[in-house]
Amino acid sequence: MAAGVLSGYRRPDGRVGIRNHVIVLPVDDLSNAAAEAVARVVPGALALPHAYGRLQFGEDLELTFRTLVGTGANPNVAAVVVIGIEPSWTDRLADGIAESGKPVERFSIERHGDLETIAGAARATARLLQDASETARVPIERSEVLISIKCGESDTTSGLGSNPTVGQVVDRHVEEGGTVIFGETTELTGGEHVISSRCATDEVRSCFQAFFDDYRATVEAAGVDLLGSQPTQGNIRGGLSTIEEKAMGNIAKTGTHPVVDALAPACRPTRTGLNFMDTSSAAAECITLMAAAGAVLHLFPTGQGNIIGHPIEPVVKLTANPITASTMSEHIDLDVSGLLTQAYGLKEAGDQLMEVVDRTINGRFTAAEAIGHREFVLTKLYRSA
Amino acid sequence: MADSNGSGAVGLLAHRDGDAVAVAVRDLAPGEAVVAFLDSEKRDTVSVKQEVPLGHKVALADVAEGAEVIEYGERIGLATKPITRGEHVHIHNLKSARWQPAS
Repeated sequence: MAAGVLSGYRRPDGRVGIRNHVIVLPVDDLSNAAAEAVARVVPGALALPHAYGRLQFGEDLELTFRTLVGTGANPNVAAVVVIGIEPSWTDRLADGIAESGKPVERFSIERHGDLETIAGAARATARLLQDASETARVPIERSEVLISIKCGESDTTSGLGSNPTVGQVVDRHVEEGGTVIFGETTELTGGEHVISSRCATDEVRSCFQAFFDDYRATVEAAGVDLLGSQPTQGNIRGGLSTIEEKAMGNIAKTGTHPVVDALAPACRPTRTGLNFMDTSSAAAECITLMAAAGAVLHLFPTGQGNIIGHPIEPVVKLTANPITASTMSEHIDLDVSGLLTQAYGLKEAGDQLMEVVDRTINGRFTAAEAIGHREFVLTKLYRSA
Repeated sequence: MADSNGSGAVGLLAHRDGDAVAVAVRDLAPGEAVVAFLDSEKRDTVSVKQEVPLGHKVALADVAEGAEVIEYGERIGLATKPITRGEHVHIHNLKSARWQPAS
């Protein structure tokens, strides 16, 4: 491709991916062993083991299915092999993914056992992998790339440098007609009025406020000392003193544009622009929900050095903390610590991040991809039956 | 002006003119340090009273016990004891106004 041209994979449903994974997706914890065995036999495929999928009910079960279906349907995935313990929930997951038009094969273990299931699933996976290897990259527009953002192990350098650098890219992406998802409901505490004032309509504002109030009620009902976990010990070591200070830094990464929608967890955006999603602030849970909503590229500013990755959504990490940049360089895709010494300004840092974004879109591995960080964590709303 | 924290190089960055705190952009020793502001060309000099590590905050203004501490132009918490200009500001003298320890 010529310089400046972006390429990706256009899927049958029209959405654009920047990776071409074939995944083996277990419906439930019991099927992890078979899924991981298939990925060992067919090393080009990726197993996504997880801890749940049995005896869940109500909203918690709906969220698990929405997350698993959304992960399989994510445009970074070329094809999916679903393995479950019994046929009915296996069908529910496989049928949900198949609506995206991509190839899906399904296997259930009861009345077959692991070994027969693994044999059949491995043959199917190998075939899908060969087919996926022929899927060509095609020219795409950057605005077609659904971006998600979340920060972690933040410190004061996050608010001064890495988060506003992400804000630069978020603003440019939205101005080009792109869509961005941010979340971290609890970590907006103390700055929620800033997000509320940026909501595009009263309807979006009341929806955002309802998510925020619900999280606060959950936290308060637990009757725990949240000061023990917010800010985290890492945040405090890095100089952050209060949840309010953390929130102001957090919000710096959302740029300046209006919030066009407030989404439930793992729900796909329907409005172009900056979307809020109700999520935990724990990195793996948050990014797993955003990838399930269809995000194909994640921007992750860090202060003290969160090392997160995701199996199918590349995570670009940047820091403005010079200690983190030098002591954890294998985790960091972009060092913007020059912002602290004013060696360059935010616009230039935004240009640097945009270049990393474009190279990542075109296939360059992120640091997390290179060293195999593949955190995949379902959000559990309450205990199972 | 005397500057024991690097010959004129910026030692502290503040988000906004009017903020009560600025962030050390490198480890600071007690003594004079230059303050830069992200929203203006203004420069200030503050006499830092303690050793302050990279990323930690220094007061740019006196703050009375119980008063709001302002950063980003917003309240980031309340002073739990009187804070004087040049002092290290962290969890020993600043607490959230939102999430309180369970009593």
